Amino acid sequence: MSASGSLWLIPALPLVGAGVNLFIGKRLGRSAGIFAAVLVAASFAVSVAVAGSLVGLSAQDRVQTQELFEWIRVGAFSVGATLRLDPLSATMILVVTGIGTLIHIYSIGYMRDDPRYGRFFAYMNLFVFFMLMLVLGQNLLVLYLGWEGVGLCSYLLIGFWFEKTENANAAKKAFVTTRIGDTAMLIGLALIAVKFGTLDYTVIFGAAGSTLTKSAATAIALLLFAGAVGKSAQVPLHVWLPDAMAGPTPVSALIHAATMVTAGVFMVCRLSPMFETSATAMHVVTYVGAATCIFAATVGCAQNDIKRVIAYSTCSQLGYMFFAAGVGAYGAAMFHLFTHAFFKALLFLGAGSVIHAMHHEQDMRYYGALRKEIPITFWVMVAGTLAITGVGVEGVGFAGFWSKDAILESAWASGSVPGVIAFWLGALAALLTSFYSWRLIFLTFFGEPRWAASEHIQHAVHHVHESPDEEHGDSAHEPGLPPSGSGGYHPHESPLNMLVPIGLLAVGAVLAGQLFHNVFVDAERAAEFWRQSIAFSQHLAHAAHESALWVKLTPTIVMLIGLYIAWRNYIQKPEAAANFVAQFPAVYRFVSNKWYFDELYDFLFVRPSLWLGRLFWKGGDEGTIDRFGPHGAAYAVGIGNRITARFQSGYLYSYALVMLLGLIGAASWAIWWAR
Amino acid sequence: MSTPISYFLVLSSILFAIGSVGVLTRKNALIIFMSVELQLNAVNLTLVAFSRMHNSLNGQVLAFFSMVVAAAEVVVGLAIIVSVYRRIRSVNVDDAEALRG
Repeated sequence: MSASGSLWLIPALPLVGAGVNLFIGKRLGRSAGIFAAVLVAASFAVSVAVAGSLVGLSAQDRVQTQELFEWIRVGAFSVGATLRLDPLSATMILVVTGIGTLIHIYSIGYMRDDPRYGRFFAYMNLFVFFMLMLVLGQNLLVLYLGWEGVGLCSYLLIGFWFEKTENANAAKKAFVTTRIGDTAMLIGLALIAVKFGTLDYTVIFGAAGSTLTKSAATAIALLLFAGAVGKSAQVPLHVWLPDAMAGPTPVSALIHAATMVTAGVFMVCRLSPMFETSATAMHVVTYVGAATCIFAATVGCAQNDIKRVIAYSTCSQLGYMFFAAGVGAYGAAMFHLFTHAFFKALLFLGAGSVIHAMHHEQDMRYYGALRKEIPITFWVMVAGTLAITGVGVEGVGFAGFWSKDAILESAWASGSVPGVIAFWLGALAALLTSFYSWRLIFLTFFGEPRWAASEHIQHAVHHVHESPDEEHGDSAHEPGLPPSGSGGYHPHESPLNMLVPIGLLAVGAVLAGQLFHNVFVDAERAAEFWRQSIAFSQHLAHAAHESALWVKLTPTIVMLIGLYIAWRNYIQKPEAAANFVAQFPAVYRFVSNKWYFDELYDFLFVRPSLWLGRLFWKGGDEGTIDRFGPHGAAYAVGIGNRITARFQSGYLYSYALVMLLGLIGAASWAIWWAR
Repeated sequence: MSTPISYFLVLSSILFAIGSVGVLTRKNALIIFMSVELQLNAVNLTLVAFSRMHNSLNGQVLAFFSMVVAAAEVVVGLAIIVSVYRRIRSVNVDDAEALRG
């Protein structure tokens, strides 16, 4: 069987799982989760098989397509439901189904007591299905189908616990914000369809250089990039990602590691031959990526919610991927996407394990000293942190070390102005990454236990809900740590079906960079690997490899500085952070309020749209259409009624009089006028 | 020389006017009913008068016809008055006001 023959099975399996769980998930009970996980695992097995058969082929045969059916035909314009297997999509399906399987297994334990268990897994499977369609499409419309599909699923899953208004709002925010980018992307798709007469990748890549004028190429690339900005949570459409933490933790892991946010990076890499034709668009990609990278890293430093720290770190890491793509190092971008999937899933699932142990307390200020209580979680979180901060020396290192170095070296080696700016911003962000990641570890696992002050813990210990403490509500303005004390609470390690997936991810986080860096970024092997799937620049890869020693050492040095600052502030002198905040309250407020992006958007967009909406609602609909339409007609009928009702006096003689007058009138008319 | 047609018409008008005033002013349903009969017969009288003037039997036939219908109508009308009386214990038309607007 050829590599492409069973390609359709890969998305079909999760789709079957989604369908079954959606309709009879309730009846399946506990087995719904196992069923869903098995299907994704089967999809992973098929992915491994087809990817393996792809490796066996010679480099020029490594683009396999499978047309399932003709989807749309309008005149000469035709779009097929066609799947494409090449090194890029093979990498993505392995990440999506592999990480997806682990997250599914983890969810079986994490969601154990949820009343909507079956529905949860139906959504998760659907999410995986749409993501697979997105990466496997042979044309932009299939990609767009998956693109919108993951948007829908993110909405369903972020708002999964919709009983709480803020969860429902977060889901709405994610959906609307990404829709803004999607709309631009749809316009870009339409432009491509007009210019090329098709949406098929092979045709577009073949003709991208010759068909388009410079301005058209720039316009299309920027419109498509706007879609990526929305989906991958880049500045200025990043606002939905931190709020997306409202969903269950496995969902956050799925969104941040395997699906959804990687879609933007994937799309830019997928369409790299298209982006290569416009230098302006590439510069924009670089600047946006670098800006997000540094912005999100600063915000991550001042968050107290453990999941929010990791969320902003995702935002920041995606920035790395984008500016890597922006300087033309698509291999490095994909490499970071690949390694990031491991350690980000690991960090999220680890955080879920911590939250599980701490009875749903998410505020790191109420953690502390958990190292001895939940040792397995501690060690895997440390592995994830070593990976994300990029610990390693020349030739040996954790996953993030390889990919982040590759990105920073490529940015420097590109030699362009945006590249160099991105390099410095990226290096600074690496320092901040190291700081906030170690801060998370130190606050959570080291120091004294500070659980006593947590409402959740009190609740767990006393089994009664005490009157809510006023201080907790606005504790964001009180940066000092709460008092120590365990409050008589004993954290418990998570069950085995949650720990095993985390353990496997930890192995990936440690080894993924070491094992695969040749394939993804080495000048010779990666050029061979990526041929025909992305516009891999061998020249840039060579230049990156030969960049100066200090460039290679920069990430390691800044990582150590960040570690030192975190250690000094949270281990050596735990009060130092509070002192810093007290000294520079304005800086702290600015950063911890996420640079006031939400407030700015509230002022610029939300309020005006609400105002406009109210204008149309009150003035347009109620004031004009309703007033003169249905309500006006009803009112007129009412008035008419009241007038005619007066004739219905109920007195027989008045009826008779009217009849008589009418008769006289009719008779007179007949006699005098009608001849 | 026969009686001029105008005599009949004037008499008929007087009868019809009396009937009309009776219908309009009286409250008792039975009296109103009698007044209606008066109006009917005033019209019958004109029918017969015109019939004679034109030397045609059509008008007289129509008069008979209207008398027969009136007899039937009296039956129905009286039955209604009786059932109204049973319901509201009155034949005063002002008391039957269920349909007032």
